[in-house]
Formats: sequence, C-alpha cells, structure tokens
Amino acid sequence: MARIGVFICHCGENIARTVDCAAVAAAAAKMPGVVHSADYKYMCSDPGQQMIRQAIAEKKLTGAVVGACSPRMHEPTFRRAAAEAGLNPYLLEMANLREHCSWVHEDRAAATAKAIDLVRVMVEKVKRNRSLYPIRVPIEPTALVVGGGIAGIQAALDIAGGGKKVILVERGPSIGGHMARLSETFPTLDCSQCILTPRMVEAASHPNITLMTYSEVEAVEGFVGNFQVTIRRKAKYVDWSKCTGCGDCWAKCPARKIPSEFDARLGARTAIYRPFPQAVPNKPVIDREHCIMLTKGKCGACAKACQRGAVNFKDQDELVKVKVGAVVLATGFDLWDHSAYGEYGAGKFADVIDGFQFERLASASGPTGGEIRRPSDGQVPRTVVFIQCCGSRDEKVGKAYCSKICCMYTAKHGMLYKHKVHDGRAIVFYMDIRAAGKGYEEFIRRAVEADGVEYVRGRVSRIYRRTDGKLIVRGADTLAGRAVTVEADMVVLADAVVPRSGGEKLAQLFGVGYDTDGFYSEAHPKLRPVETAAAGVFLAGACQSPKDIPDSVAQASAAAAKVLGLFARPELEREPVVARVNENTCVHCRACIQACPYGAVEDHEIRDRKGHLVRTVARVNEGLCQGCGTCVAICRSGCIDLEGFTDEQVFSEIATLE
Amino acid sequence: MAQTETKTAEAAAAFQPRIVAFVCNWCTYAGADLAGTSRLRYPPNVRIIKLPCTGRIDPLFILKAFEGGADAVLVSGCHPGDCHYTSGNYHARRRWALFRRLLDLTGIDERRLFFSWVSAAEGQKFADLVADITEKVRAAGPLEPANPARRRL
Repeated sequence: MARIGVFICHCGENIARTVDCAAVAAAAAKMPGVVHSADYKYMCSDPGQQMIRQAIAEKKLTGAVVGACSPRMHEPTFRRAAAEAGLNPYLLEMANLREHCSWVHEDRAAATAKAIDLVRVMVEKVKRNRSLYPIRVPIEPTALVVGGGIAGIQAALDIAGGGKKVILVERGPSIGGHMARLSETFPTLDCSQCILTPRMVEAASHPNITLMTYSEVEAVEGFVGNFQVTIRRKAKYVDWSKCTGCGDCWAKCPARKIPSEFDARLGARTAIYRPFPQAVPNKPVIDREHCIMLTKGKCGACAKACQRGAVNFKDQDELVKVKVGAVVLATGFDLWDHSAYGEYGAGKFADVIDGFQFERLASASGPTGGEIRRPSDGQVPRTVVFIQCCGSRDEKVGKAYCSKICCMYTAKHGMLYKHKVHDGRAIVFYMDIRAAGKGYEEFIRRAVEADGVEYVRGRVSRIYRRTDGKLIVRGADTLAGRAVTVEADMVVLADAVVPRSGGEKLAQLFGVGYDTDGFYSEAHPKLRPVETAAAGVFLAGACQSPKDIPDSVAQASAAAAKVLGLFARPELEREPVVARVNENTCVHCRACIQACPYGAVEDHEIRDRKGHLVRTVARVNEGLCQGCGTCVAICRSGCIDLEGFTDEQVFSEIATLE
Repeated sequence: MAQTETKTAEAAAAFQPRIVAFVCNWCTYAGADLAGTSRLRYPPNVRIIKLPCTGRIDPLFILKAFEGGADAVLVSGCHPGDCHYTSGNYHARRRWALFRRLLDLTGIDERRLFFSWVSAAEGQKFADLVADITEKVRAAGPLEPANPARRRL
C-alpha cells in the first residue's frame, strides 16, 4: 500500500502570494494514498529538508511529492534529502508550483486549484514510481585525439602529462597541421616552426602517446567510457620500422612535379615523400595516386635506392580497433576556395593567391626560401593588395560569420612583405578591423604606423589582368567616398576559414552535431564550450569555430582537463532513466531499432541450453540509452517502457486531470 | 435575440477550458519555466505533463486526455534540429501529422489539438501560446459531452 508524503513549499512569498499553500496541503492530505501532508516557508532550507527526512523515517513513506519550484532547480536537492532518509531518490517527485503556477497567475482561487491539480498529478505518478539505481559503467582510461594540428598535439600532451594513455590520429603523413606551414605568428612575429616543432617531437616521443599518422577514423561504436573505434591505417608502402628517413628514395623518384600540399601548391614534391623536412615522424610515404610503380606497374626506383629494403609496394590498408574512454576532436580548418568569386578572377590568375600561399612565400622553408616572389614569373612584386573578408561575412556565398583570424594575419602579411621589400607598397582593403586579443590592436597599429602598411576601408569590386600582366584592382574607399584603382603585382585574398573537408562524416560517426557552416556544435555556447551533445566527446580548436593559435591551445587544454576529469573516476554513474524491453512480448519488428537516435537498441538472441536459437528480440544497451523514449512510443506491441516515464505513470497522470 | 447572444457570450466567458499540455523536458518545459521566472502572465487553464522528449508521446496519451475531459491538447517540444535527443521531435512531428487526420474519425475536431515548438529561451512564446489556445478553445466551447469519445467516469 502506498504511503505518500506531500510537502508544500511557500518559497517565502513566491508561491504563497498567489497560492494558498495551507489549502493545497489540506487538499493533498485527502488524496488517496497520502499519509502525510505539510507546508513550510522554505522547503529547500535545512529545516525544510529535515521535515522531509523526518517524515520519511517516521511515517515509513514509500514516496514523496514536493510542491515547490521547478524540478530543474531543486530536484537534486530534495532527492538527496530523500536518499539520506533511506528513501530511494527516484521515489520523490516535484510538482512545479512556482514557475508553472504562482509566478504566472494572479487569481488566487484559480492558482490554488491548479496547484492542487499539479500535486494530485504527481501523487498519482509517484505511487507508480520504482526504486531506480544509477547505472555504473567502467571507464577505459585511454583518450583518442583526432587531428594532429596544434590543438590535437596540445590536448594529447596535456592528457599524456596527466598520466593517461593517448592515441593521436592524424590523416596526413606528419603531425603539425597548419601551424607547421606558417612563416611567423602574430602578434609576436616569432617563427612558427621554432615554437611548434619541439612540441611535435615531444608528442611523438612521449611514452603515453601512440602516434597514428596517415590514418583515419573509420567507425565508432560504444559510448562514453567505452568507445570502440576502428582506425584505418592507410598503406604507406614504406616499412617505417626499417626506414631511417635518409632520403635516398625521394632523391631517385622520377615523379617530381606533384604540387606540394604543404607548400600550398606553390612547390613540387615527389611521389614518395615526406611533407616537409621537419616532419614528425620524419619518414616518407608513397602517394598511391601519383606513384608510377603503383599506377603503371613499372619503376621501382625508390625500392632500388633504399639500402634498408623498406619500400613495399604490396602494402595494404590496415584496420586497427582501439578501445578508448573519451575522444577529443581537433580536426581543424581549411581555407575556403575563392574560385566561387568570379569578380576576383575565379581562381584563374596565378598571382591572386590565398593566405597559406603567402605564408609559404614568406617562410624560410618555403619554395622561394623566404623571398617574396610572385608565382607567375618569380618577380618580386612591387605592389601587393591584400583583400580581407574574402568569403567571410558574405551571405551571397553562404557565410555570414567572421573568420576571426584574417584581420590579424593580413596585418602580419603586410608587415612581413614590408620587412622584405622595403620600397614596396602593401595595401589592405578591409571592411572592419577586428583586433580583439592580447596585443592585437597594438600589432595592427604597428603595421600601419611603423611599417607603413596602407589600409583602405572598402570592398574590392573587381580584379582583372591587363595585357602587361598587371592586376588591376578596382574598389571603393568608403571613408574618402571615392572609387579606387590600384595597379598591383600580386593580390592576397584572406579566404574564409571553413571546417576541414569530411568533417560532417566524422561528426556523424561520433554523434556530434554541426551547424549550417559545418563547424562542430558545443553542448552549450557559454557554459559548456568544449563538450558536445555526445557524452565523452570533446572539441578543440578550429573545428568548433574559427580560432587563432592561443585560442586553439586554450581550448585543447580545456578539453584535456575534461578528459582527465572523466578519467579521474574509475566508474561512470548515469541516470537510470533508460528504456527496457519486455523480452517475453517483443515480436522483433525492429521498429525501435530503427527509431533509436543512439543505436542503443540491439538485436538479442535468446538461446536454449544447447545453444539453439529460440528467437531474437530487441534489447536496450543501458550504456548507450539516453532515455528519450522514442522507442517506447513507436513500439507496436507495447513492450518497451521508459523508467521514470512508464506508460502506467503517464496514463495515471492524465487520468487525474479528469 | 440580442438577449440570447449576451447570454451565450457570458457562458463563453464563464467556461474555463481544460488544456492538457504534453511537453518535452529540455525545451518547452524549460520555456514554461522561463515564462515563470520572467513573471509573464497566462491563463491558469493549462496542466503540463512532462516527458523526456516529444518522441515519447504515444498518440494514445492524447486520446486519453480528450477522453478524460480535456477541451484541448497541446504537444510542444524543441525546434526542428534542436532536439536534445537528436531526432525525437521529428518522430513526434511525423506521428502528429498522421494522427491529426485520424483524430477526426473519433469525432474530435482536429482543431482542438495543437502542436508547437517552444525552445528553452521562448518564455514569451509559451505564454502567448497558452493564451491563444485558451482563447480559441473558449470560443469553440467545451468538447461536447454528447460526443461518444468523451466518457465521464
């Protein structure tokens, strides 16, 4: 027999002002099954909680209803109090008398009547509640970091430094990401390689970090604490255990004119290659699309040159399964392809380049050895036009957002150019200058005042090539209110920052949301900026939104802290609000399996003692189930129910409203 | 004649519709909380039944609510794309589109069933929604007791 206690809170004046709390308590006392009913000024205070604890102990309550504020506010408080008195916390329910009643109504009689209804609904529900116990799942204390750019490296180093194992997966042959390609970094102008490469080496040699370069995530199963991730190790055609990275192979490779991705297509590489001399691991792979041996079946120059016999043309992709407890996505960004802009030459002019190409021109390790020479004829450009917001903040190309880093790197480009070509002109067309960051505004001022970079506020309407090879840039100077024409030798477009290609597919594998622009969605824009909707999957760097290096590193460390926090516990406790299948009545129509957004409902084979298959039914994996109840409503034979929101409970709630 | 009209109007004003709202925990329930925290006013005719997700809503819940004497039923959850459980509200929307048509077969006017998206940030929208439904149902009058679908126990 149910023995329910009802506790009505006045919330000071907040509820009592419009609801007659004593009347509600008196009405509740008459409800069937209620053996105790009381009202008090502050139920959440210590004496209030003591009232609840005392009543549970003395009246041997089998359930409790607290009529107070929203359960979103104090349900954990009251459930904890119930647990302290020995009542299973899931046998306590709250009636929302404040947010849903006293605060929104004025008429005292009507509000009181509604409050009584709300309490009655919960009394009927709580009679049908069952004791529930948190679900405990063990945690595999190994983290997977996807992406070997600065964000991924930082996250991996921090987690490894915290004493936990890390698997760092990188799509390319080397870690380092875009940062390895940069010449110098704003606002300090220190050399990007000099600050990055030691960290790359540290990541590769750290005993807790397993580096998996030239690999991609293929499939993901499981849930927080227990992910099973399948990683495809692409065929490298070079046995790295034998390779010493001496370079004899690529010196002999006859396929020499392949545009180098690292050099932003300004330089060339061979088919057997390492992306750049400081690559980590510093060992080559064979690009199977361009290798003459792999495409035409004859050559083998590299194999002949290799004294260690490391080249293996029969190498194949390998699928590796790993078990991890948490995941950090740090897949980074790409630059938007500006060929969509017909007015800027649709990508056809060799001397209209993007930011990365300028970085490579300015870099000491770049194709020109750090001299600014334009791609078409190798001449030093005397006038360079920089155009900001190329794609960003332009809804015509579907990008309403600001790419955040372009104002700063354009100022840096202008400076670097002026440092190298003292008598040249650097002209920047901008919409607004957004230099919010430590030392950033000062940096822009330095570019203008100390280095003489010319800033023109306005948009460029058209770029075309004159017969003498000059690029004519026509734009507006909106501050002077006049049209501007510049004869330029080279144009650098600050293309919008876009998420890495293939990012959507990866997000779907991990159950992470992404916005219309393809950036991964954080769980809460303000309060949970590194978590995602998928428990145990965290974000770092530009895959979430455009970010510069300090922001990426900060977020990566935050993600690492989240991972370490998760790993600090041996087990994970989850709310026991999960669906359960009555396997005796399940007809295995599989409607629930298809409806479940988490893939939490699985086929389960029932076998007899001899191992013969009796029948197959659906079964809910408690670790995966998030408790939405979609499967319950979709079940044709009515044999799934959701703990805490069972059919019986909901129907009894509806019935009380008659 | 004029007298009768006045009487009808008075009866309509006195009639307090009973509205049962099935809402999801993450968006509309929180939106209704926000209406409270913002001290917005709406008629006291709605009784909220909280579910984890609109995807949990069995059409039978709605029929039971009507059978139990509700003059209107509201189903409200997260906006498309914002579902806490990724896709529960899409299931709810599909189910609702089909169920609305079938509702007519039971003799209940489908205009008594309301569907809306109210996010956790839309307290005002929730208050307006309840006010609007209350007004519409008040104008339509009570769900006729003569209707066989309504069985007072």
